[in-house]
Amino acid sequence: MSPFSGAVTHAAEAAPAVTAATGTFQLIWLLIALPLVGAAILLLAGRRTDKWGHWLGLLASTASFVVAVLLFVAMLGQSDDQRTQVQHLFNWIAVGTFDVPVDLRLDQLSMTFVLLITGVGSLIHLYSVGYMSHDRDRRRFFGYLNLFVASMLLLVLADNYLLLYVGWEGVGLASYLLIGFWFFKDSAAVASKKAFVVNRVGDVGLSLAIMLMFVTFGSVSFEGVLGSASKGSQQSMTWIGLALLLAACGKSAQFPLQSWLLDAMEGPTPVSALIHAATMVTAGVYLIVRSGAIFDASLPARNAVIVVGAITLLMGAIIGCAKDDIKKALAGSTMSQIGYMILAAGLGPVGYAFAIFHLLLHGFFKADMFLGAGSVMHGMNDGVNMRRYGALRTVMKVTWITFMMGWLAILGIPPFSGFYSKDKIIEAAWSVSPVAGLVTLVGAGITAFYMTRLFAMTFHGEARWTDDVHPHESPWIMMFPIAILALLSAVAGFILNLNNAFVDWLKPVTGLEEPQLPFSSAVLPIAAIILVLIGAVLAWIPYATRAVPEVAPAGNLLTRAARADLYGDAANEAVFMRPGQYLTRWLVWFDNRVVDGVVNGTAATIGGLSGRARRLQTGFARSYALSMLGGAALVAAALVLVRL
Amino acid sequence: MNPANYIYLSAVLFSLGAFGVLVRRNAIVVFMCVELMLNASNLAFVSFARIHGNLDGQVIAFFVMVVAAAEVVVGLAIIMTIFRTRRSASVDEANLLKY
Amino acid sequence: MSTLLSLVETTGNTGETVVFWVCAIIAVAGALGMLLSHKAVHSALFIASTMISLAVLYVSQSAPFLGMTQVVVYTGAVMMLFLFVLMIVGVDSSDSLVETIKGQRIAAVVVALAFAGLLIAGIGSATWTVVGLDKANTVDGGNVQGIAHLIFGRYVFAFEATSALLITAALGAMVLAHRERHTPRATQRQMSEERVRSGHAQNLPGPGVYARHNAVGTPAMLPDGTPTDRSVPEPLRGVSAVVGIDSDDTASVTALAAGGSVIPTTDEETES
Repeated sequence: MSPFSGAVTHAAEAAPAVTAATGTFQLIWLLIALPLVGAAILLLAGRRTDKWGHWLGLLASTASFVVAVLLFVAMLGQSDDQRTQVQHLFNWIAVGTFDVPVDLRLDQLSMTFVLLITGVGSLIHLYSVGYMSHDRDRRRFFGYLNLFVASMLLLVLADNYLLLYVGWEGVGLASYLLIGFWFFKDSAAVASKKAFVVNRVGDVGLSLAIMLMFVTFGSVSFEGVLGSASKGSQQSMTWIGLALLLAACGKSAQFPLQSWLLDAMEGPTPVSALIHAATMVTAGVYLIVRSGAIFDASLPARNAVIVVGAITLLMGAIIGCAKDDIKKALAGSTMSQIGYMILAAGLGPVGYAFAIFHLLLHGFFKADMFLGAGSVMHGMNDGVNMRRYGALRTVMKVTWITFMMGWLAILGIPPFSGFYSKDKIIEAAWSVSPVAGLVTLVGAGITAFYMTRLFAMTFHGEARWTDDVHPHESPWIMMFPIAILALLSAVAGFILNLNNAFVDWLKPVTGLEEPQLPFSSAVLPIAAIILVLIGAVLAWIPYATRAVPEVAPAGNLLTRAARADLYGDAANEAVFMRPGQYLTRWLVWFDNRVVDGVVNGTAATIGGLSGRARRLQTGFARSYALSMLGGAALVAAALVLVRL
Repeated sequence: MNPANYIYLSAVLFSLGAFGVLVRRNAIVVFMCVELMLNASNLAFVSFARIHGNLDGQVIAFFVMVVAAAEVVVGLAIIMTIFRTRRSASVDEANLLKY
Repeated sequence: MSTLLSLVETTGNTGETVVFWVCAIIAVAGALGMLLSHKAVHSALFIASTMISLAVLYVSQSAPFLGMTQVVVYTGAVMMLFLFVLMIVGVDSSDSLVETIKGQRIAAVVVALAFAGLLIAGIGSATWTVVGLDKANTVDGGNVQGIAHLIFGRYVFAFEATSALLITAALGAMVLAHRERHTPRATQRQMSEERVRSGHAQNLPGPGVYARHNAVGTPAMLPDGTPTDRSVPEPLRGVSAVVGIDSDDTASVTALAAGGSVIPTTDEETES
């Protein structure tokens, strides 16, 4: 029996009826319009909005959140089959049979994202008011943040792939702008460029997927593509699926396009929290779950997703273990956690809902920890080296406690959030393939190690601060969002898992299958918790109870590799950059020598010949007369020859 | 009497005239050579008029003479002008229009 | 005219053959002479003979009008014009024999021979059916009438165009030959004043004064005994005669003027 035998099932129920938006649901467009207007005002009105710009940004985001809550309440009032609401705004492209309207689709899946984006987004806006208070470009920052929120909402609300692509590029742009927000730093400028370029590779995948969809189905709308995905040939489904996977890899920093995420930490910390942890990087997961019907129709594509997810999961975790930069360690963790989600999304209907569940909870606890890291940096003169932290629990009590919530949540200690989603993913992975299951289990153990290491190095042990640092707690405007996110990290999983509430909520969109395990369902949670405890203890002992050297020790081979991002950049350089440079050099040579040579050589030849032919113009009339007579002789010769 | 003989004569005279144009340098002699060529062609016209039995060839020869007369007048005037300025009637002297 | 015409027609084939060969030889000889003579005047005379023989050939080919025209226009007008210009340009001017353009002469020989050969080959390969002009010349009552009928009939526009051409040519020749005066013509008074101012108010000495040779090319002596080449006509100055006046001549002339003997002694000759 194939290990993937349970994977291919057609989610027959994953085609809920579509309802044209009426009543409250006509407000859907406001979700996008509010932050978009905010961004437009902040970015176009210039310096005269400097004084109140950040409040306008916060207001736009919060208003969008309020609309989202209204819509959520309205959606709860509908029965399951009435919850997919589509609002038609206008026709965008109408060329022959290619018809792309601007339709917004609000269903349970996009509702989840909308709440996450606007909710966490608003909290981070609030946090940024404090965090960026000393930055003279704060207004621009909020303009970009609003632009990001609007683009991300467009991404998750689009009812067809082309419109999704617009949002996809919009978040890419916002990400680029925000990573390079401090563009006067070389490292930030380079990092933003790198993120942009790597994302373009993924975007090629998405555009290829859209073109393939149009060729295969003659449509790019969700309904037209996903509704008939089960009827398409498996080969074309595989190609579309792989193209979508490439897109997801680019946006979600999955292997082999993972290299940009660690550098993206050059952006301000709220950006890292919102874009590069909670929302944008999860767009790949959204794309795969949304296109579930395509992956359901192609086992190879789905297996590719699992493999990519598993590799990234381990890579991210290993990198996270070795980094001393708190934000980079968290970025490795983000990679790893998104690897979990991608892997879960690759499992099929058995994993879709849990991928989204984990995504949501990860959005809470990772944003919590990133903001906590920001709070720590705020108190430590923007120092990021954990080897110069230590014992911060004594001076940053609130940060410590909130961070602890996030820490326990990501470890998966019941009843904190991570437990509920991660455990389900491990279970689903086991039911599909023991290898995948083992990877997720081991990943959980490594996660426990690096998060405990991070937590212990930062808050426990002895103080290793430099002399000029005077750690202090951050202002309430920063601690309030952290507190809310910490609360959500602590309890959201438990609450949403009551009666399987969240999974049942998503079921009409994503479908659901119970994982079939060859052993008792109690085995895996226990095994996971044991592994997590082992990992945590292994980290706790050296980093909390013993002295941490202030300069990183040389480390073994794996540590050095992990510090170098597992040679991701080196591989890119060796595989793409160097050959590319050689190719361009060769092309330049070819252009200079061969192309220009042919052109210039032709010109020189003609010039030289002309220079010689010029000499025929002697100015002697008799020479010309000779030529004329010669010509006449030739004509006569021709005439005689013709007559022969 | 074979009329082809006239044509042969015409060809020979024409070639001699052409050769003269090529080798003589005195502009006036060159002009004479041109006149010889014109006369050779006239002879051919007249002979062909006879061969074909109509007078059109003779009329053409007549026109050739008229044109030749006009040409000689203008050509010699040009030679005179050149001679006045350059003190030479050699066609090789007037070779400034070149590469 | 009609007697001439009848003469040509009655001579028959034999007569025409004789005329042809005689005239052809003269024509070719004239052409060759024109090519080979160094002096332009000789060339002109040679080509005149060629043209006259061609006129005879025209007449023998039932084209008496053209024959006459040839004589009048070419030998009469055109060749006279040539000679006229030759006299202005310099009757002595002759080509130097050195070819200035490299390879021109050989190439000219080759190309001209090739051209002649090709023409002759072409003519030789043609077949002829001679119609003869007897009929055409009698339709209108004669050769001249026939040509007139054509010129003022079918070719009248071309004929009118030639009139325009001739007028244009005449105008062109006048324009080209005309020389604009840039200074007013000197009056007689101005010329005499100029002459006095030049220091030679008297007449120039005539040629041959005190000359040992009675030749216009020999310069005259001034009263002070020095020879002056201003006494030589301008075209002859510097050509040949002025050179050759050496100090002996001058001395002997001076001695003669002083009343001494003009017979040089043998001793003197050996001494000098």
